[in-house]
Amino acid sequence: MSSALPTGEAAPEDGRLPDLSGAVAAIRNFGVYIHVPFCRVRCGYCDFNTYTATELGGLKQSDYPDQAIAEIELASGVLRDSDLPARAASTVFFGGGTPTLLPAGDLERMLDSVRETWGLEADAEITTEANPDSVDLDYLKQLKRSGFTRVSFGMQSAVPRVLATLDRTHNPQQVPRVVAWAREAGLDVSLDLIYGTPGESIDDWRESLESAISMRPDHLSAYCLIVERGTKLERQIRRGEVPPPDDELSADKYELADELLSVAGFDWYEVSNWARSERKQSRHNLSYWTGEDWWGIGPGAHSHVGGVRWWNVKHPAAYAERLASGRSPALAREILSENSKRLERILLESRIRNGLDLSVLSAEGKTAVASLIADGMADAASALRGRLVLTLKGRLLADAVVRALDC
Amino acid sequence: MTPRADRALEPAATDPSAIRNFCIIAHIDHGKSTLADRMLQITGVVSDRDMRAQYLDRMDIERERGITIKSQAVRMPWSLDGNTFALNMIDTPGHVDFTYEVSRSLAACEGAILLVDAAQGIEAQTLANLYLALGNDLEIIPVLNKIDLPAADPDRYSEELANLIGCEPADVLKVSGKTGLGVEALLDRVVERIPAPKGEAGAPARAMIFDSVYDSYRGVVTYVRMVDGNLAPRDRIQMMSTRAVHELLEIGVSSPEPTPTRGLGVGEVGYLITGVKDVRQSKVGDTVTTAARPAAQPLPGYTEPKPMVFSGLYPIDGSDYPDLREALDKLKLSDASLTFEPETSVALGFGFRCGFLGLLHLEIITERLEREFGLDLITTAPSVVYRVKTEDGKEFTVTNPSEFPNGKVASVFEPLVKASILAPKDYVGAIMDLCQSRRGTMQGMDYLSENRVELHYTMPLGEIVFDFFDQLKSRTQGYASLDYEPAGEAEADLVKVDILLQGEKVDAFSTIVHKEKAYAYGVLMTGRLRELIPRQQFEVPIQAAIGSRIIARESIRAMRKDVLAKCYGGDITRKRKLLEKQKEGKKRMKMVGRVEVPQEAFIAALSGDTERKERK
Repeated sequence: MSSALPTGEAAPEDGRLPDLSGAVAAIRNFGVYIHVPFCRVRCGYCDFNTYTATELGGLKQSDYPDQAIAEIELASGVLRDSDLPARAASTVFFGGGTPTLLPAGDLERMLDSVRETWGLEADAEITTEANPDSVDLDYLKQLKRSGFTRVSFGMQSAVPRVLATLDRTHNPQQVPRVVAWAREAGLDVSLDLIYGTPGESIDDWRESLESAISMRPDHLSAYCLIVERGTKLERQIRRGEVPPPDDELSADKYELADELLSVAGFDWYEVSNWARSERKQSRHNLSYWTGEDWWGIGPGAHSHVGGVRWWNVKHPAAYAERLASGRSPALAREILSENSKRLERILLESRIRNGLDLSVLSAEGKTAVASLIADGMADAASALRGRLVLTLKGRLLADAVVRALDC
Repeated sequence: MTPRADRALEPAATDPSAIRNFCIIAHIDHGKSTLADRMLQITGVVSDRDMRAQYLDRMDIERERGITIKSQAVRMPWSLDGNTFALNMIDTPGHVDFTYEVSRSLAACEGAILLVDAAQGIEAQTLANLYLALGNDLEIIPVLNKIDLPAADPDRYSEELANLIGCEPADVLKVSGKTGLGVEALLDRVVERIPAPKGEAGAPARAMIFDSVYDSYRGVVTYVRMVDGNLAPRDRIQMMSTRAVHELLEIGVSSPEPTPTRGLGVGEVGYLITGVKDVRQSKVGDTVTTAARPAAQPLPGYTEPKPMVFSGLYPIDGSDYPDLREALDKLKLSDASLTFEPETSVALGFGFRCGFLGLLHLEIITERLEREFGLDLITTAPSVVYRVKTEDGKEFTVTNPSEFPNGKVASVFEPLVKASILAPKDYVGAIMDLCQSRRGTMQGMDYLSENRVELHYTMPLGEIVFDFFDQLKSRTQGYASLDYEPAGEAEADLVKVDILLQGEKVDAFSTIVHKEKAYAYGVLMTGRLRELIPRQQFEVPIQAAIGSRIIARESIRAMRKDVLAKCYGGDITRKRKLLEKQKEGKKRMKMVGRVEVPQEAFIAALSGDTERKERK
């Protein structure tokens, strides 16, 4: 989805939360997301909130960890002053951008700040995203020593031609190497794949899947390429230089992924995510889908605490300036109504393997489930046990399912 | 010496010999309203300060389109050779749909200014109205307008006009409504050439209604031309077609604001207000007399308005249905030729089957509904009136394809029109091709001038209401003009084609077409719908059928993928908002069986707008 920020009410300058006394009762995990908004080059399909050195002007990447730590400290005060009890972080996730563009010591300092501020649960899941060509064995070992448990590599494809269309700079042969290093360092490994790149054949995709499976990762994400507005890829398609994505072919690819991954022992647990076992699922990402609390640190990062969603100013310069003057970087927020919360549950929980509690649905929504079963989109046995779980066909049509249920 | 009259003649006391009643016959855009404005200014009835462009066209739509829908009459004083005259300018509608109204306006006049754009020459509608004027024995004053335009070719078009009406090219006046050039000479010519009205002052009153307009403050304002006798304030008047009697609350003339008078005498033109609220009580063409001393015979020429074209109007938002009813009720007060009755459609919900005089009338009404009443509407494809005989000897009048009998049809009769098309001679071939493809029979061809040709055709009206005018314009680069008038009916090989979506009939797309065109229509509509209806989670067959026989088939393949790949922390708010927006959009979805069809798809398919549906 686009990195353009949504609209909401203005967030308070000091970042304080509204009355959350009603949200105390529900026990939720607390996670921390740390955004690192830097990349060496911008990929043609990407519209994430990330910047190359030349796009940053006078800003220095080396100043960033201190800014992020300043927000962590601010967040600590805000949460302390809120109605919510103190909680240790159960997950921390470094995303980007390319977090591993920073020295491992920088990631370590930010993680240490989280640990000192809130504490980390004993079995906390601590992940960073990484570019296959941005890390070596030493780097990965240092991450492990700092407390990281997991690394997620942006493999995207095993086919050089496809990688070139995506502007990915790494050599596909680098991926098995970094995966092996990560294992050697003692980290769990996840691989990100992209399918549906213009010009990618079904055989190309099969090659990528087989290559990824052969590396025996713990976890795998497969995302259908989204042509985002304003990206180079969109312009290329508009000018006819690159063919537009083909939904039929993408559906075939999704089915192929599900088939090959199942055979290799991976189970889906979210529309685009598979894991070797339940323990290897991304708990951090699951927290997004199950309505838990998290604080997003960094420019453009989103947070959710006790039914309040907010998002930070987008540009690193604006972000740095806010924090330098002691103000919250939050740009705007929304306090979710009961209706919005219900819709979010339908939207998010219907995408996961654990499914959606049918009691969330209106009477009409419950009736719609019957048609979904009849059309082969919802699993009948789960529905009889009170949960909506999508079938393969249903996962491919998850947005249509949500529209059908939201009534 | 200014030709403006020093003192206007007093209504009700004006000798008929000092009255001139005239109208202006012109094509849309040939500058009738501008010329009328200039006359109002030059005769001094509207001060320069109050002058507002196109003073007489009151309605917004009229002003925007530069056409006059409703006529009005203005009394203007004018002096010539020391004598003062009262000139009544009767503004006539300029379009074929309103032929009857035009004919009544013409009947109120003794003369007509034939106004033609000096850069474009005469057009078919103008010719049609000229024929009507000559048929009413009106004195014609030929005038070329816009002679100030660089593209004006007065010599050429003077010649054309002179040929048409049998005068000398030198007799054709040249004016500019915009600058006022030649307008005074034109007013003089009106006084000199147009005969004074004749009538019996002592006879029982007879006044012909040439227009009636609903005014929300005053009720119906009836415009009349006195023929015999006189009407005075406080007279009780009687409508001769219905025998209804009304109190006369006000009688007066427009100059151009309504001005009460002591009455109206022979030959005068003015208005009556009775407090009646519905224009149907005051029908164009009817004769007004007095209850105290009624005339024995009405004036000739009255006919009931008869709708020629029917179409279903549906609110896009079903909850607007009561508003649509109320709006139609209101429009009906001011438009005696509009008819409507409730109708339901599987695809479109609740609406009204409306009858119109023609396509422009349809367009004007729908536009007024949208603009003045803020309604969003869908209009079904226009249909004409068919007479269907079944083998069991029954007869049906079909104004809606859904009324077409299902049993064995013995014969179908369709309305015909005489069409005349005027165009530069280079386009004759293209026009003949088009008319032939629309089942037209050529009746002849006249050269109006070396370069311009008038083609005469007999054609089914049903072929004209479906997209004919647009086709004509596009094939002649906009140069052709069209006029048509009813010409009876003829038996034809017509069938009803239904369109089915997943086996369910979509009534809005049923149509009655010639047998030879049924297949083409089926292929066209199934193809259009295939493009316009978004893919569903199951395959949707689209069929065209005559009775139970399928003549065309398309299918919309099942949608296989509709899922956002990534839905992480930063995506949730936007995704939820998108869903909330889509939920709003769902209200505009119509269900045909299990198939969800966006309202826009129906509209686009009905309007022939086959933009590809937006791909997800």
